[in-house]
Amino acid sequence: MNEAICAGLLTPELLNALPGVPDPQRMEEGPVAVIECAQEIPCNPCCRACPQGAITVAPVITALPSLRGEVCTGCGLCIPKCPGLAIFVVHKNYTESTSLVSFPYEYLPLPAVGDTLPCAGRDGAYLTHGVVKRVLTPTVYDHTAVVTVEVPKAHCMAVRTIERGGAAK
Amino acid sequence: MRIQNHPILGEAPQPDTYIYFDGKQIPAVTGEPVAAALLAAGVHTFRHTAKTGQPRGIFCGIGRCNDCKMIVDGVPNTRTCVTPVREGMEVRTQYGLGEEETAHD
Amino acid sequence: MTEKKPLIAVVGAGPAGLSAAIEASRAGARVLLIDENQKPGGQLFKQIHKFFGSEAHKAGTRGVEIGRQLLAETQASGAEVKLGWPVYGVYPDGRVVYGSSQGAKSILADRVVLAAGATENCLAFEGSTLPGVMTAGAAQTFINEHRVLPGQRVVMVGSGNVGLIICYQLMQAGAQIAALVEAGPAIGGYAVHAAKLRRAGVPVYLSHTVHRALGQDRVEQVELAALDERFQKVEGSLKTVEADTLCMAVGLTPMVELAALAGCALTESPVLGGTVPVHNPDMRTTNPRYYVAGDIAGVEEASTAIEEGRLAGIAAAESLGLGTADAPAKKAAVRESLAALRAGTFGAKRFTAKEAILAQFGKEAAI
Repeated sequence: MNEAICAGLLTPELLNALPGVPDPQRMEEGPVAVIECAQEIPCNPCCRACPQGAITVAPVITALPSLRGEVCTGCGLCIPKCPGLAIFVVHKNYTESTSLVSFPYEYLPLPAVGDTLPCAGRDGAYLTHGVVKRVLTPTVYDHTAVVTVEVPKAHCMAVRTIERGGAAK
Repeated sequence: MRIQNHPILGEAPQPDTYIYFDGKQIPAVTGEPVAAALLAAGVHTFRHTAKTGQPRGIFCGIGRCNDCKMIVDGVPNTRTCVTPVREGMEVRTQYGLGEEETAHD
Repeated sequence: MTEKKPLIAVVGAGPAGLSAAIEASRAGARVLLIDENQKPGGQLFKQIHKFFGSEAHKAGTRGVEIGRQLLAETQASGAEVKLGWPVYGVYPDGRVVYGSSQGAKSILADRVVLAAGATENCLAFEGSTLPGVMTAGAAQTFINEHRVLPGQRVVMVGSGNVGLIICYQLMQAGAQIAALVEAGPAIGGYAVHAAKLRRAGVPVYLSHTVHRALGQDRVEQVELAALDERFQKVEGSLKTVEADTLCMAVGLTPMVELAALAGCALTESPVLGGTVPVHNPDMRTTNPRYYVAGDIAGVEEASTAIEEGRLAGIAAAESLGLGTADAPAKKAAVRESLAALRAGTFGAKRFTAKEAILAQFGKEAAI
């Protein structure tokens, strides 16, 4: 198995090869789910989480989730349902210079809307500051908050969290 | 340290009673294991071994390993990780097998 | 009238035992579920993460919630649950002996489902007996069940799913992970679990082991050593990490003592944790009165334990002439679900190991 995948550190090349990651054209066209699931594990709650039926795990439960970018609306309902916390929503062209990145967050304290916080990538290292735009915690999310940050566009495929403890700073 | 709030589990139950650790009163939650109350109070050494007197504390936490044995209400070799707290319990650090304590009974 | 119903005793009220009790009761058996702990659920109520698996089988739901559902189903099924009574003996004829400070009792069951679970492995090293050194499961029990943090800075040894998940849960409880240490050259568990730790900036030491734990009355520092490809410590590679707690997540061993007492044939299965009772596709052991389910039958996961428990409960009842009309279809559905849980890169090894146990059953039966 690929070393970077096992290590939990996906590279851009590996990401682009995943069936759950939309093609570059789709990324330009509005918010869309980015499913960073790269190992064949028996898991499929993402399928039923999608009200549009945009995600399939087939023919077997260990297949990698596949996203139909043209069907996905970027609603983000799949984010809290993934037990691996591996689904994100990226709205690349939010403004001319910024993108929105939505990610699952299961730590306290939760950030507050309007906070400007250090944001980190898949390796936890600081990348940029971002402004918290949304913090969703409805009951159906079952304690997995979905946080959305606005970050410089160049970082939209790199930022995947706020720095842990960042909210406390 | 007690976990006050938790992203998944919410607020933790707060102490509603007390036990005594080597004569000192410490707060506790009714029904929690004695070991939890001790850990929350910052106690890590539960007993000292018979031959070399080395400290021992919590190891398995589910009643298997016997490392957390103490003298509870005069009974030595009580596994504190599976012994529920009752108000006013007397918990004492155990040295060796705690035989001196049984002699008082 | 009810007294004449066949009796199925289930030992262990974890996910496997609860599931077996539910199915056996539903099939019409009188069920006695016995556990040494004061509370039912085994380790399930400590599993606060959302489970993997099939959406149809509660995946995406947190273990603690699955536990609540199983308890409610157990209650509704009418099974009798006896808590605080360790089973310390069984006889080949189905007699189950259990005791507490109130004395000893025994009961003769028509069938017995052994769901005793597994025990955590540990490592020995200088300082491994210091307070603050504990199994990963102990840390998980304290943070998620008793709601007490055992320490502020934790070194975790072992990067299988248990080590990865408990690191994450320690951080959720407010601790820092000072180091995740793995003897092998790669992380052992799921990449998605590892990715959660990476995003939180957890330092990962692959091809490393713990050399010793230092401290007066409690862990204060942990020394790590690099390992070469033959798992030998590399000279001059020691690193010191400041930590007050060291957790070990280095595998589990099935607790097969009761199965051995019952005269069940045992076999070796390194992939499944060591010595396990030989069993057939119904989870029946070589002693026809005894069934096994969950980690005692080979260390896997809570989701597989639930399915194996259901299988054992259905099959044990069926062997007593209960629920025979529904049993074949129900068993087929459970086996299908188990096969799915054992598919893929990670599951394949367990699937093969389970197949070997079934093949062994055929050999034992031939003798």
